[in-house]
Amino acid sequence: MSRAFPSITLRWLPVWRRNLRVWRKLSGPALIGNFGEPLLYLLALGYGLGGFIGEVNGLPYIVFLASGIVCASAMNTASFEGLYSAYTRMAVQNTWGGMLATPLSIDDIVLGEILWAGTKSLISSVPILLVAALLGVVHDISALGVLPVVFIIGVCFGAMALVVTALAKSYDFFIYYFTLVITPLFLVSGVFFPLDGMPDAVRIGAQLLPLAHAVDVVRPLMTGQPLPSLTLLYLMVPLLYAAGAFWLATVLFHRRLIS
Amino acid sequence: MLPEPKILPDLVVEAHGLTKRYGTQTVVDNLDLSVRRGECFGLLGPNGAGKTTTLRMLMGATLPSAGELNVLGYTIPQQARQMHLRLGVVPQQDNLDPDFTVMENLSTYASYFGLRGAALDARITDLLAFANLEAKAHVGIGTLSGGMKRRLTLARALINDPDLLILDEPTTGLDPQARQLIWQRLRTLLAQGKSLILTTHYMEEAERLCDRLVIIDSGRILVSGSPAELVRQHIEPHVVEIHGRGMDEWFNSIGQQFVQRSEHAGETLFCYLADERPLLDALRQCPELHFMHRRANLEDVFIKLTGKELRE
Repeated sequence: MSRAFPSITLRWLPVWRRNLRVWRKLSGPALIGNFGEPLLYLLALGYGLGGFIGEVNGLPYIVFLASGIVCASAMNTASFEGLYSAYTRMAVQNTWGGMLATPLSIDDIVLGEILWAGTKSLISSVPILLVAALLGVVHDISALGVLPVVFIIGVCFGAMALVVTALAKSYDFFIYYFTLVITPLFLVSGVFFPLDGMPDAVRIGAQLLPLAHAVDVVRPLMTGQPLPSLTLLYLMVPLLYAAGAFWLATVLFHRRLIS
Repeated sequence: MLPEPKILPDLVVEAHGLTKRYGTQTVVDNLDLSVRRGECFGLLGPNGAGKTTTLRMLMGATLPSAGELNVLGYTIPQQARQMHLRLGVVPQQDNLDPDFTVMENLSTYASYFGLRGAALDARITDLLAFANLEAKAHVGIGTLSGGMKRRLTLARALINDPDLLILDEPTTGLDPQARQLIWQRLRTLLAQGKSLILTTHYMEEAERLCDRLVIIDSGRILVSGSPAELVRQHIEPHVVEIHGRGMDEWFNSIGQQFVQRSEHAGETLFCYLADERPLLDALRQCPELHFMHRRANLEDVFIKLTGKELRE
């Protein structure tokens, strides 16, 4: 079945708003999960490992690490939302089935879920940034420029996760995606160490994937270094991934839910 | 904020040659259906007969493999979105939002139709009264009984003041009191002029509520008509159910001559007759046999047409 590009209207808004409404009720545990873990990484690795490493690229290790952790946390938050939470709404609670009996379409639902994943990444990055600022590892107010980038990361990984959800028969399926995609990205996108010292194959491979570019933009914003000259081009990479995944997800969900 | 009023066609559903195939399997086979405005239309059949697939096609939730389909004047699936503005759905499987209160379930669902504001608040107040849920407005879904959940699902389906309501087994799993209440509410909706399409496994429910119905099996229509017509056309007017020791011997030697048609189901013998008196007189001579006489009903028609064996 071939389909044209999904139709984009404002009807994604009620889908997004419904998720926000649920989140507001359950925000306690959600927030702890979304920023507690990255914070532990930041403190344990930043101070613990940082004591051995000293400086990386002229920055104290914890300062170098903080920007990577912000990006990785955005990726993880959006991935969880697009996998486990979206699957629950689709297959367990039948929330989407209810929506599809109304004027909402699959395109509206998928777009609403993607933008919600971006929003959730945004929400969970705020406390991390705050703590990082309190620890003095953020250079200045220009770190607020990180927020739109975090949103883009969330949109990108939310859309990719929905493609996986559209193919999933159960929650167990998500382990493959985490082990084969998310964890490798977490490790080779410049979150924990610069890619300069890596073999060419790994370095170039990472450049083709969506997280490394986001890290390259977020790090100067948080550390006060100059932005790369190709910043806008860098941000196009996760956006292109998002657009492709959005289209693919709508095709797959149509096949799964309507055929 | 409610959908624009539009002249309703006389037939709220018109289907010609509606067909659904999955691979080589034909689930719905060349179905012709018409549902009149303001009637309650029943779609009956054993499990796996194609009822749910048919309903899903009517709702635009499953794409037909062939055939023409028009619902509320809209071509389906092409104009499903416009049709959904005027459709209410009570699904078989509960899909209320478990994280929300009763009220939040209604207001969130309303937002999918773009409804909001004072008119919506008034509508929600009315629907809570309609569903007997005023006292539960701010209670979470988890604490509601099965009957309350069904009533909330019905209220939710009415949020957009639909012209047509599709109900997939609306009373399955409810206790008798809860069912009575749902029936009452459905009759109120019919009195308001709404059209209803209903599937059910309870023949009593279909007999009480439906103006017309079809019985389908293997994706095809076996019969259609009003419940009374179907009983008149397809079955003898009287039924005597017999069980007890020595029944088979007695029936073979004596009972058989009074009976037009008979069927075994488990240890009970169903006898279908035009005149019940000779059989009843004979049965009164046999104290060891238990029997019950009743009028033939829709369930007898259903079993005659679809067979007694179990479907799974």
